[in-house]
Amino acid sequence: MDEKTVTVQDTNPMDTETLEVNFGPQHPSTHGVFRMNIVLDGETIVSVKPVMGYLHRNHEQIAENLTYAAVMPYTDRLDYFNSMANNFGYALAVEKLARIEVPERAQYIRVIMAELTRLVNHVSVIGFLLNDLGAFFTPVLYAFREREKILDIFEAISGSRMMCNYFRFGGVKRDVSDADLEQIRKIVQKFPAFLDEFEALLTKNEILCMRCQNVGVLPPDLAVNASITGPVLRASGVNYDIRKVDRYSIYERFSFRIPLGDKGDVYDRYYVRILEMRESVKILEQALKGIRPGEFIHPKSTSFLKLPRNFKPPVGEAYGRVESPKGELGYYLVSDGTPQPWRYHVRSPSLINLTVLEDLCVGHKVADAIIILGSIDIILGELDR
Amino acid sequence: MIFGSGIIRGMFVTLKNFATSYFRKPDEGGLFTVEYPEKRIPLKERFRSFPFLVYDGTPENLRCTACDICARECPPKCIYVVRAADQDGRPLRRPAAFTIDYSVCMNCGMCEEVCPFDSIFMDHEFEIASQDRYRELVYTLTKLLKSNEYFNNIRPRDAQAVDKKRREAEEKKKLAAAQAAKPKLDEPPKPV
Repeated sequence: MDEKTVTVQDTNPMDTETLEVNFGPQHPSTHGVFRMNIVLDGETIVSVKPVMGYLHRNHEQIAENLTYAAVMPYTDRLDYFNSMANNFGYALAVEKLARIEVPERAQYIRVIMAELTRLVNHVSVIGFLLNDLGAFFTPVLYAFREREKILDIFEAISGSRMMCNYFRFGGVKRDVSDADLEQIRKIVQKFPAFLDEFEALLTKNEILCMRCQNVGVLPPDLAVNASITGPVLRASGVNYDIRKVDRYSIYERFSFRIPLGDKGDVYDRYYVRILEMRESVKILEQALKGIRPGEFIHPKSTSFLKLPRNFKPPVGEAYGRVESPKGELGYYLVSDGTPQPWRYHVRSPSLINLTVLEDLCVGHKVADAIIILGSIDIILGELDR
Repeated sequence: MIFGSGIIRGMFVTLKNFATSYFRKPDEGGLFTVEYPEKRIPLKERFRSFPFLVYDGTPENLRCTACDICARECPPKCIYVVRAADQDGRPLRRPAAFTIDYSVCMNCGMCEEVCPFDSIFMDHEFEIASQDRYRELVYTLTKLLKSNEYFNNIRPRDAQAVDKKRREAEEKKKLAAAQAAKPKLDEPPKPV
């Protein structure tokens, strides 16, 4: 064949076959036992098929065979990074079902705990995102230094660092002492300074900007149609936060703003989390100012603590939802008047946010798939349940 | 802004952290590593690891009455209780066997909350690693029993509250018994 007659017609001059790569389930960048079945054309992603279920533990079925109170420690194991937020959602659902009131102080304690968990989650997610980018362990260890202080508080208050099991129907398990509140105040006071330092390290870093900007863009209409919630949705510019929309617990008393992204790329998802932490600090400051001595659990519900089998909510159904750090975490309960829930379902934000993974990844390089996955912020314990 | 200034600024943050970590206090960003197991962080009082059974004075005088509530309410079902019986087969208010599978226990503290006799509590012992899951981690009654003094030692506030509650209940019981035993002499005569 004459060399001159060969012209490049195809945009893919090599015309190679596509390559199928299995990411995971033991790959460190998949944040647990999650598998991505990626089809590659050279370095470019053609399709992504998520494979889930490696950590399935039959959570819902187990709960349907237990008393309402005994499900609480199992909810810790859903999203093991923020067990307090999981407890919150479940407690709200059961309180709705059985119409239990929550005293003032308990509401404040709950909000303080939920916002502290948000700090824990967002700060470590950003750390892990940077780890995925290749900034090996410097940001994540700065993040863990702060996280450790908050986990110490959790240990002092609830007895366990991560599996807190702290919320009860109608209040919380134990009261928070003044010394602990003082410690929380100290952490909250110092947190903005840490965020400034963290931002000086990261936000304007050219490498971070080049890797994250315009990567994995999630358009707002797709985000709404795929029922994405949490920081991922807000990074796309949709103003939707359960704390503002549903106004559960006592969130209507605090003034805070909802940070919104502009483009919906990985960088926006990173920056929305930073801004959300600043708003959480504001809520914490107000809550710490507003907390007054009082009952930490409703006197009527203390009897259920001793005899969980006597706790029989009336026949009916309830859906309790909270703005967990990952998105809308909902618990759907159906009671048939027995001590066990007849139906128990968890709407886990990790699973539903992951459904757009293919739309975000196609057309990008393999290395970008990892940071896109990191920016969605999944926890496999909640994803597979 | 000049390209690369963000990176340089970030480098200054790491340099500052590296240098000041030698001077700052541990909770303010200094060196906070504790050389476990030579040195330990004191445990928080509410810290919970695994359940144990409390006895008063001697191990024979245990508080557990084998009511089986903890075994029924335990979420992962890791407690097994067998009630003791006398020669005629009548059940006694004490366990013949009380077994907790520590490898199944998930440290939730549910047993402690539901126990009506203040018998089972969460321990501070967490170094239970062993080679054999069945021989070492399935705790029987002899391994589970610990004295009230030990409980007072690890969790003074909780133990004192429990002791106070138990003392008051005992006094109430004694008073009631004395009242019942006393003949009703000083009852006013009925009007005729």
